[in-house]
Amino acid sequence: MKDELIDYCLRLGDSSLILSHRIAEYCSKAPILEEDLAITNVGLDLLGQAENFLNYAAKLKGNTTADILTFKRREGDFRCLHLVQTPNTDFAYILARQFLMDSYHQILFNKLLNSKDETISGISKKAIKEVNYHLDRSSDWIKRLGLGTKESNDRIQNAINNLWMYTDELFTDNSTDLSMEKNKISPLSSNLKKEWSELVVKTLRDSEIEVPKDVFYSLKYGKDGFHTEYLGYILAEMQHLPLLYPDATW
Amino acid sequence: MENERKLEEFQQKIDANIKIEPKDWMPEKYRQTLIRQISQHAHSEIIGMQPEGNWLTRAPSLRAKKILMAKIQDEAGHGLYLYCAAETLGVKREQFLQWLHEGKAKYSSVFNYPTLTWADMGAVGWLVDGAAIVNQVSLQGTSYGPYSRAMVKICMEESFHQRQGFEIMVQLAKGTEEQKQMAQDALNRWWWPSIMMFGPHDSESAHSNQSLKWKIKRESNDELRQRYINKTIEQGQHLGLTFPDPNLKFNEETKNYDYSPIDWDEFWNVVKGNGPGNKLRINHHIKAHEDGKWVREAAKAYSKKINLSKKIA
Repeated sequence: MKDELIDYCLRLGDSSLILSHRIAEYCSKAPILEEDLAITNVGLDLLGQAENFLNYAAKLKGNTTADILTFKRREGDFRCLHLVQTPNTDFAYILARQFLMDSYHQILFNKLLNSKDETISGISKKAIKEVNYHLDRSSDWIKRLGLGTKESNDRIQNAINNLWMYTDELFTDNSTDLSMEKNKISPLSSNLKKEWSELVVKTLRDSEIEVPKDVFYSLKYGKDGFHTEYLGYILAEMQHLPLLYPDATW
Repeated sequence: MENERKLEEFQQKIDANIKIEPKDWMPEKYRQTLIRQISQHAHSEIIGMQPEGNWLTRAPSLRAKKILMAKIQDEAGHGLYLYCAAETLGVKREQFLQWLHEGKAKYSSVFNYPTLTWADMGAVGWLVDGAAIVNQVSLQGTSYGPYSRAMVKICMEESFHQRQGFEIMVQLAKGTEEQKQMAQDALNRWWWPSIMMFGPHDSESAHSNQSLKWKIKRESNDELRQRYINKTIEQGQHLGLTFPDPNLKFNEETKNYDYSPIDWDEFWNVVKGNGPGNKLRINHHIKAHEDGKWVREAAKAYSKKINLSKKIA
């Protein structure tokens, strides 16, 4: 069970870490200054969540730290979801990715409040306050873009259409999910789907955005250690200093 | 006659240290000077996000990444306060951005230098923020109310930034040989640009006298520069690094550090747009602004629709 618990913490930690990295890439590029502030705030919260889960994973593993897990782990040992790895194509993609993840995080962390694992429920208790605000913000933007102009509606529709397939992974169970559910640490991923769909579909419909059809996307996912081509570049950039100067502390 | 009387009353208020508020009468030149100075300050905060953002995805520890991200967010916040303070003088933010993009408004030239290594995150915090604070602490006493209040808030955060930058320098200076070299190289590259941040010598400064009389500026460029140098050299001695100026020497008579002549050719070249990063920084800002046009239009259209439906309801 311990290995699965570590794997689960890495999934949560790595997903927030990589999403935060994508937000960091967007620094100083927002459409208005207020949005630069808001999105950086979200990125910081995600980074804090990542650190909490990675600290816990490091403690369970023993003989390692959250920094070592972040900066010296190989790509195949990362467990982040594919959705968070997708690039910042434009503001619509950034927002759509954020909205899909915020909705997922809200439903997940609400359930994790009741986790039998006290560390996970504790981290979730802190995270849920942040996530509620993240979802407020991204839902507001979905409405603005969906109901704003013809161009904004086209762009957000296009982003939702193209990112939708990555949501398949969010609700697919693997052996870690089965073990976590059995040990009352988390619900099955597949059990989150209904609530998530209701929440997301309502906001999209209210925003005059069509809901794409669900598709079976892949045989292997990020949470199994099988990644998109994007992740290698993210890690090459993120890890380069600690790898280039292995003896240094930072 | 009327104007002369108003001007006299205005100067009396200034002399009595009564703050000037947006709706108070003020000479047109005072307003124009503030518009120029506050917007330049706001632009500096915003353009300053770029050289630091350059290392955000490469920060070498989770702690360093969090600190840098929070710092850049603070800079965006400072920009926002300052644009708001500048808007009280009757110019909209959109106009300020247009002037920036057209090259009519300036920002601190120091941000036209590239950040080449992680040590630059230390040097920018320690030296560039360190120099900015000396100026900003003085500006807390500026005569225009909204500017002065923005400065009070900004100073609190900037002093954190400077300490965080210094912490990076300490870590590197006490680290491996390669880290020490990285820190020394960053100090070499950022020392002179940070000294130039205070602008031309008092004898050459175009706006100084009137600004001092109106208490827009509270101290002269050279006074502020000297305070920065004195303070920073003492801090640098703890790092065991060498300042790139063979003539830095404590002068027992003046109780100040003497320093070599400043390379004003370099300064004016960078001001005029020929620094290593001028075009890069402005083009980045223009591109982000243009890429965001459709988003701003959508937000406007949406808010119109919502207001309309509220009216109908």
